Amino acid sequence: MKTIFERPRSDAPSSFVPRGSEPRQPVEGEIDHDLLREDPPRIPTLAEPVVVRHYTALSKANFGVDDGFYPLGSCTMKYNPKLNEAVAALPGFAFLHPQTDPDSAQGTLELLHGLTDLLRQIAGMSAVSLQPVAGAHGELTGMLLFKRYFEERNETARARILLPDSAHGTNPASAAVAGFSTVEIPSDKRGMVDVDALRAALDETAAGIMLTVPNTLGIFEERILEITEAVHDAGGLCYFDGANLNAFLGRVRPGDMGADVFHFNLHKTLSTPHGGGGPGAGPIAVSEKLEEFLPVPRIVAEDGRYRLDRDYPRSIGSVHSFYGNVLVAVKAYAYLLRLGDEGLREVSENAVLNANYLRVRLKETFGLPYDALCKHEFVLSAKDLPNEVTALDVAKRLIDYGIHPPTIYFPLIVREALMIEPTETESKASLDAFADAMERIAAEAASDPEILRTAPHEAPVRRLDQTRAARDPILTYPLEDAEA
Amino acid sequence: MLAAVGLPSLDSLFEDVPEAVRARFRPLGISSCSEMEVAARLAELARANRGATGVSFLGGGIYDHYIPSVVSHVLSRSEFSTAYTPYQPEVSQGTLTAMFEFQTLIAELTGMEIANASMYDGATALAEAALMAERIRRRGRIAVARTLFPHVRRVLDTYAWGAGVTLVEIPHDASGRCRFDDLPDDLSALIVQTPNAFGVIERLEGVKDRIGEALLVASAYPLSLGLLKPPGAFDADVVVGEGQSLGLPMGFGGPLLGLFATRKAYLRQLPGRVAGRTVDVEGTVGYVMAAQTREQHIRRARATSNICTNSALCALAATVYLASVGGRGLRNVALQSFEKAHDLAARIERIEGYELPFEGPFFNEFVVRTPGDPSTVRARLDEEGLLVGPPEDLASLGVERALRIAVTERRTEAELDRFVDVLGDAK
Repeated sequence: MKTIFERPRSDAPSSFVPRGSEPRQPVEGEIDHDLLREDPPRIPTLAEPVVVRHYTALSKANFGVDDGFYPLGSCTMKYNPKLNEAVAALPGFAFLHPQTDPDSAQGTLELLHGLTDLLRQIAGMSAVSLQPVAGAHGELTGMLLFKRYFEERNETARARILLPDSAHGTNPASAAVAGFSTVEIPSDKRGMVDVDALRAALDETAAGIMLTVPNTLGIFEERILEITEAVHDAGGLCYFDGANLNAFLGRVRPGDMGADVFHFNLHKTLSTPHGGGGPGAGPIAVSEKLEEFLPVPRIVAEDGRYRLDRDYPRSIGSVHSFYGNVLVAVKAYAYLLRLGDEGLREVSENAVLNANYLRVRLKETFGLPYDALCKHEFVLSAKDLPNEVTALDVAKRLIDYGIHPPTIYFPLIVREALMIEPTETESKASLDAFADAMERIAAEAASDPEILRTAPHEAPVRRLDQTRAARDPILTYPLEDAEA
Repeated sequence: MLAAVGLPSLDSLFEDVPEAVRARFRPLGISSCSEMEVAARLAELARANRGATGVSFLGGGIYDHYIPSVVSHVLSRSEFSTAYTPYQPEVSQGTLTAMFEFQTLIAELTGMEIANASMYDGATALAEAALMAERIRRRGRIAVARTLFPHVRRVLDTYAWGAGVTLVEIPHDASGRCRFDDLPDDLSALIVQTPNAFGVIERLEGVKDRIGEALLVASAYPLSLGLLKPPGAFDADVVVGEGQSLGLPMGFGGPLLGLFATRKAYLRQLPGRVAGRTVDVEGTVGYVMAAQTREQHIRRARATSNICTNSALCALAATVYLASVGGRGLRNVALQSFEKAHDLAARIERIEGYELPFEGPFFNEFVVRTPGDPSTVRARLDEEGLLVGPPEDLASLGVERALRIAVTERRTEAELDRFVDVLGDAK
């Protein structure tokens, strides 16, 4: 792909903003000239059509949910209703400064308060903060809440977080950023937390556990109540990673399973959408014992008016400049209002039905190491494909069939893992098309393995050399050649 | 489909959930709505935001700059907006190429060698810079200028507490600039913001020489760098900033865009995603996520940060903005903001009872001392649809009886006239 720096230059400067009556250097006395740039930044001047054609070309080299089936496990790539975008772009929401007097921002504050309340009920917990702006940010905030809780109780020896070996990589990283060390708890033969190993690790140095429910194999922890009870009995706290909420939306509440912190991924479950790597939003719900430590400011309703309240002396402070990703919250709120209770229930019903349909169709062709009723996703293994064909080869070949690859090589406890999450917004026809493609690829593994190893053939580029980018990183375009 | 799965009913899909858990479930008590009804409800809420139609003199890191139509047009292309993080580079060249362009532009603006592909916002970018400096130097202590925006400082405080790092506050002098004459030693970093919370441009010349091994971390307002010399020119080790001024709507403060630029030598300690140039098997140039061994999905608890989803689409907005205005256009926007702010400041200074307490140079934002209660002045301006920030923000920095005023290229002569008139009446 060409970069914008390699496109034809224009002589005419941009006219998005008036040139001003007499363009000049700032005068002496206003500012010392040694504080000023001698030349403008070396960013090329381009005509508007050149810019538009460049980014249109780039967009065509991208694949989004609107382009086709996107069964990326644990990422919940569902269709994003266009209403979400339309309402978030309303000038009343978009052009509001965060330091606007709350009296002049009642619409947004009412919406944020309303969303907070809906999320609190979905979680079945005591309170919600919208401040974290990504799932991992919610995890970090949750870990800081754990830390403050134990500080307040003078139990600072509780410095270890227990993690199942199937956990998302962000879990251990988030615990570490908050100053905790991590201990891995093995899974049992059925892919669930080994409860005996968990009990053995629960001592007075354990701050608690980070769980993903259902877990990253798509399996619901049968002994979930036993797990959370054991952690609580040992004086610990339970963090629930909400990446997989789509599996039980409208049917099961984390608070009813013993969660002390639960994070939502609004860009996954509530379809806000993902933006190619954000902006998302990672609000957290907490149990009663952690409520007083939530980030400030909090949105408070009083006599039908809404205000921002910082007066929570035991709060951990702030984790974001302002109130979280407000425009993302607007989209999530619109999504929830459209669905209602009935719609929420249908989300999980169809997400789980679609996943099980594919699981049953594909388990004979591919290995299914943990064969059980799954929730919203399941994990196949490519390890038994002939001719040493890998999960990576399968993924790249799917691109040729117009399908986005699933998550691969995760969870780490499955060799050659293919983690598949179809979501509720796919029809039976698109599931069948995917299963057909997967079966054809399995056949190709035997008949023509080379076509898999050299895939993709139909993408904007062929297989890219990741090692070279790691060994000798080129992270910027050399602007020496460019003229402003 | 149920038959294919071999189950009798939809409910049986959930039979693995313990009965006790299912029994506790309570619905929200809301029914589904048509798109028309939800659109109407949301429009009603949007209209209740009176502040969105005011004339903004609000600042503090978030500014009312003009956004060319090209920006929202490109962002509305759903190949960008409905994609996930580019884990499969062959079908993500749009996102990855734009990330590479963004990194190039931010490195150029800040005067640094490399930049990452974005952070959540300016405040978390600054907090992550502190954590990175601590990983590199391990002194357990970081000096921070008192003149950070309070909302940025609050996030730094929270992250520093989490990481067990002590913060030492550096005061400012009468001109509103940070006092670099008596800095503590044995620091992992010195953190400054320029222009600072008073709008005053810090003098960074020679500061790096005074802090020994410590990293110089500067938070900058990226749009000002169209005109001002970047912190990289003063030997900064890390430059962070809030990128909202580069083509993002204010959105009541989110989503925002964290900028993070540094030296190439610190790549292995860099937080967040970074795109790198490579080739495919046929030698065609393409882009991938580079230096991933730093990241949480590979290194887990030993990762340089926990960041996964961040602000990719906002970074695309900034990229399209900068590509649209170009270097000369950016300088024009910066210069017009500068000129209009200086014009307004000079006119306010001539009104009896008002003064500018800080003599340090400013870009487009400045502090005004009011003759009476600043809240009264703010309320009076608000009645005329002229918006300024809460005086509490400055009061928390020890500056009483004052308002902070920001001016962008969008403000017209007539709006400045009205502003001056109202101040003259509102003593």
